[in-house]
Amino acid sequence: MVRSNRWVNLGFQLAALVLALLFTTLILLAAGAPPFDAYANILRGAFGSMINFTDVLAAWVPLLLTTAGLLITFAAGLWNIGVEGQIMLGAIFTTWVLRELQDTSMPPALIITLGILAGMIGGALWAMLAGALKTFGGVNEIFGGLGLNFVATALTLWLIFGPWKRPGVASMSGTVPFDDKLALPAFTGLRLSPWALGIAMIAIVIVYLLLQGTYFGLRLKAVGKNPKAAFLLGIPTWQYMMFSFVLCGLFAGAAGAMQVVAVYHRLIPSISSGYGYLGLMVAMLINYQALWAAPIAFFYAALNIGSIQLPIVLHLDSSLSGVLQGMLVLFVLLVEGARQRLMKKA
Amino acid sequence: MDTQTLITGLAGVLFAAAPIVFAVLGETFSERAGVINLSMNGSILLSAMGGFAVAYSTENIFLGFLAGVLIGAFVALIVAFASITLKQSQVAVGFVLTLVCRDLSYFLGNPFMGLPGPRLPSLPIPLLSKIPVIGPLLFNADLMTYFSYLLIFLAWAWIYRTRPGLMLQGIGERPAAAFVRGANVNLMRYVYTVLGGGFIGLAGATYSLSVKAGWNGTISGLDGIGWIALSITIFGGWNPLRAAFGAYLFALLQWLGLVLQPSLPGIPSQVLQVAPFPLMILTLLFVNIGNAEWVERTLAAMPESTRRVLARLLRALRASPPAALGVPFESE
Amino acid sequence: MGVGNLPMNVELKHIHKHFGKVHANNDIVLNVPSGTIQGILGENGAGKSTLMKVLSGFIQADSGEILLDGHPVTIHSPADAIQHGIGMLHQDPLDFPPMRALDNFLLGHSGGLFPDRKAVARDFKRLAAQFDFSLDPDSYVDSLTVGERQQLEILRLLWLGARVLILDEPTTGISAIQKAKLFETLRKLTAQGMTVIFVSHKLEDVEVLCHTVAVLRAGKLVGEVKAPFQTKKLVELMFGKEISLGARQAAGPGRSVLELRGVAIEDIRLRMSDINLSVRGGEVIGLAGMEGSGQGPFIRACAGLMRTVGGRVLVNDRDLTGKSYHAFKRNGVSFLPASRLEEGLVPGLTLTEHFVLSEETKGLFIDREGGRKLAEDRISSFNIRGTPLSTVESLSGGNQQRALLALLQDPLSLILLEHPTRGLDIESTIYIWNKLKERCKQGAAIIFISSDLEEILQYSDRVLVFFSGKVSSPLDASKTTVEQLGNLIGGKGWESLKTEKAHG
Repeated sequence: MVRSNRWVNLGFQLAALVLALLFTTLILLAAGAPPFDAYANILRGAFGSMINFTDVLAAWVPLLLTTAGLLITFAAGLWNIGVEGQIMLGAIFTTWVLRELQDTSMPPALIITLGILAGMIGGALWAMLAGALKTFGGVNEIFGGLGLNFVATALTLWLIFGPWKRPGVASMSGTVPFDDKLALPAFTGLRLSPWALGIAMIAIVIVYLLLQGTYFGLRLKAVGKNPKAAFLLGIPTWQYMMFSFVLCGLFAGAAGAMQVVAVYHRLIPSISSGYGYLGLMVAMLINYQALWAAPIAFFYAALNIGSIQLPIVLHLDSSLSGVLQGMLVLFVLLVEGARQRLMKKA
Repeated sequence: MDTQTLITGLAGVLFAAAPIVFAVLGETFSERAGVINLSMNGSILLSAMGGFAVAYSTENIFLGFLAGVLIGAFVALIVAFASITLKQSQVAVGFVLTLVCRDLSYFLGNPFMGLPGPRLPSLPIPLLSKIPVIGPLLFNADLMTYFSYLLIFLAWAWIYRTRPGLMLQGIGERPAAAFVRGANVNLMRYVYTVLGGGFIGLAGATYSLSVKAGWNGTISGLDGIGWIALSITIFGGWNPLRAAFGAYLFALLQWLGLVLQPSLPGIPSQVLQVAPFPLMILTLLFVNIGNAEWVERTLAAMPESTRRVLARLLRALRASPPAALGVPFESE
Repeated sequence: MGVGNLPMNVELKHIHKHFGKVHANNDIVLNVPSGTIQGILGENGAGKSTLMKVLSGFIQADSGEILLDGHPVTIHSPADAIQHGIGMLHQDPLDFPPMRALDNFLLGHSGGLFPDRKAVARDFKRLAAQFDFSLDPDSYVDSLTVGERQQLEILRLLWLGARVLILDEPTTGISAIQKAKLFETLRKLTAQGMTVIFVSHKLEDVEVLCHTVAVLRAGKLVGEVKAPFQTKKLVELMFGKEISLGARQAAGPGRSVLELRGVAIEDIRLRMSDINLSVRGGEVIGLAGMEGSGQGPFIRACAGLMRTVGGRVLVNDRDLTGKSYHAFKRNGVSFLPASRLEEGLVPGLTLTEHFVLSEETKGLFIDREGGRKLAEDRISSFNIRGTPLSTVESLSGGNQQRALLALLQDPLSLILLEHPTRGLDIESTIYIWNKLKERCKQGAAIIFISSDLEEILQYSDRVLVFFSGKVSSPLDASKTTVEQLGNLIGGKGWESLKTEKAHG
């Protein structure tokens, strides 16, 4: 009985995948583009060469870190849309520490470590702000977080065009790149750092254990599912919510730090690369189960990287990957609703 | 600044506020019925793009507006279907739709980027536009601006003065009680969500065919408007008049930002552009802070007279959402 | 309109309704002639509500017929029922609290796009005058008492042309004065030919009001009795046997667990001040009063869930004034809320997870084996019908309440309960109270709120009565009768209390 149910569920999930592909194909046809060429192009762009594949992994790192953090806030019943800004603040703090320390005699490894730690703190502080707005100001975390995202964007732009501008003319290309020695060591000839990969994997394992096996995780879930009852059971509710914001901010800040020390080696205007919103989608798609975070985040990273070539090769906008990613979540939600409805009737 | 420039500026504020008014009123209808349409930000972008694309291709501006309305209504229909019929989280579905619609508008709008397209002509109202001060302020705009004035009044009258509007209030407050009074709660939720979505779509089309005519993809400056409109809906306390006031206040602040920019050279333009967002947080803070526990605690510790005055002030600022907002309804 | 409505006979023929395996209505046959007050009596879960939902169109019967004046009808919805002349007054009036009385009155009335409020207000006032209700059409419903909200609903249903009025447990939560007024109104209506169906599990209400009483038990109609009634007969029909609730036990004097010194409490609606009370271990204190009379804020203040605005609160001789619930909890105070799934338990989590959450934790990682053992242990000792992996929302109300009790920490000095047995059957009620008494023997004191006066007198040692923000001095439960308590709740007889207090 249980087993057949599992197969039925798998069938529904496959149906969601098929529907999402079908609709995206229709959209491609509507745009007058050859669908199969587009998909093949995305596949080639993601897995066509070692460089492409390692680029996917490099994108997987911040996405997985962000998703890991979001699983904590989701467990506490919070929609931390402000995660996007938390990534940016992580990147800003990391850049700041690297700029301050790059001309000192400190060993580069120490500077990088301090930079990453600073990034985590930056993300956590920004998350705390959203948490404080919710706890002490009654501002829903969705709106508080969104507002803070826009403020974080402004802060990034202001730094790039103001205090941290390149000598001569400031531009959208960002701040002056750091010296190679301040980059996380990468595989030779590739843009992928084994250190970054390791950090991301450790992060998701920590979050998995935290949510599945610890008293803290269980209490957090109780707060997320029913804050009033959790409070009466003796759990300090608002402190737990606040703490989950801080934890998520730490992970998001780490993602921002990775963008600086492992990917861009400077601060750029779109430093978060939209991984915050993407992480929210990944978390929704895996129904907030940490176990599935790694593969699904990898799939989404592959779509992102795979679509980069679309404008050049097929003259299509690279936002196609976003359409497909969103359609998948949308259809998973719709199909899940349909499944529940059918099960109830049966 | 002389009077003439001031009047022109303020008229510009009313003109620029029209789409925000549409969006906020649309959301107000939807939320009054109990459905949060969180897809607004993407929905505005998609209908702006769609409206422009249709108007450009058919060379008929009214077909463009129609397309915008239909797109907004269709996106709202998905929200309604997912949340009412399939009982999925309104926040989850709305948020995903926001992202999908945004990316879809950039993807499909690629061929229309920066094209010179049709624009709603200005339509000064004969006689009325000649009245000093009031004429140039109110009656020297385009059709959509006039329609926005009308819609504020119509929405208010509908909700507070008509029989179906009264039932709409009831559906959002206590669906079970509306049901025993003969309301088809879920059907009405569909109707108002789709209607509200139509107004949100109209907002998008009004941007691309009038206020910010044309389609410029990521640099059209429309990304974020929907979120602002959502928070103005809360600020508006689900009352069309207060909501419209919020929309005009926002447009006024945006205009002031532009006017003041030259006199504030130290502040980069990027910072002024995002100034509305911290302001949005602040307004939400004012509207919501009365609900916070520590405020109650602090108040309890104050001397009686101070407490009463502060409590009254907070209660006046506070806006309570319809009690059944986001709650699915099932009649046994 | 209204009272000119034509009389109507209601006949129910062989009504059956199943919910899954439960046969909620089993072959119910009932004939209610116009001009009578028909009582429907039965325990919670006997099938009264189901039957009334069938008659008022909320649900459709699986089989059977409804005849109005001899004509078979199908009632599709509550709105359809009112078209047929059947109006239902729900226990918790189905109205719109943030809206005005007039808008509530008007909502659901069909007509043109723009309702003529002036004409409606005239009808409203005329009807209200007819029944001597003092309702202001411009007042907001959330400022009215439950009794006034009932009056508003009755007016509305009459205005819509109701000829049959169904009242579901209407005497819960209204004052004695309002109850008298309600009964007078119902008698007046039946004298004019209306049909009234009065659903209740309160014997005394049914006995004074009804012409005939039909008793339901376990889904079946087990008997119909005409006035005058014999209480013993009704009880036998209701429960199928004689019920003994167990003898009351006097509490042994224990140490002081809770002391209130000149405490003042304030919420939006009322202010209570200068409350003095000393509670000893092993003692049970019942809080009586109409809903919203102040007992809610009082019990929450005793738990630290609501801040006091004056005076001192001492738990086990320790001053906890102004401290949070968690400080109270650390000092051995526990609060069990009335709404079990909304405030007490966490839907989505299993019984095991609840028990793990309620225990002191050791280390970082959950001891799963220990958790499972703990859950099995508690489930058997509290006789909960469920498994360690059952989610709490899958349990029945009685089992949820048992689970809540099983979650109480050890040891405890003070247990605060809101409506501990509301909605439970008699068996669960007795079980819950036995468990609570065990706690008392171990030295805990209990303070509880109940709207059931018999429960209060049955289980309490002392009783506090609340009436619109006034708190009585503690009454000795063994020297108080239901009648006295009823009067006090309705605001009568407080003068004699004050002298009593002056002497004591």
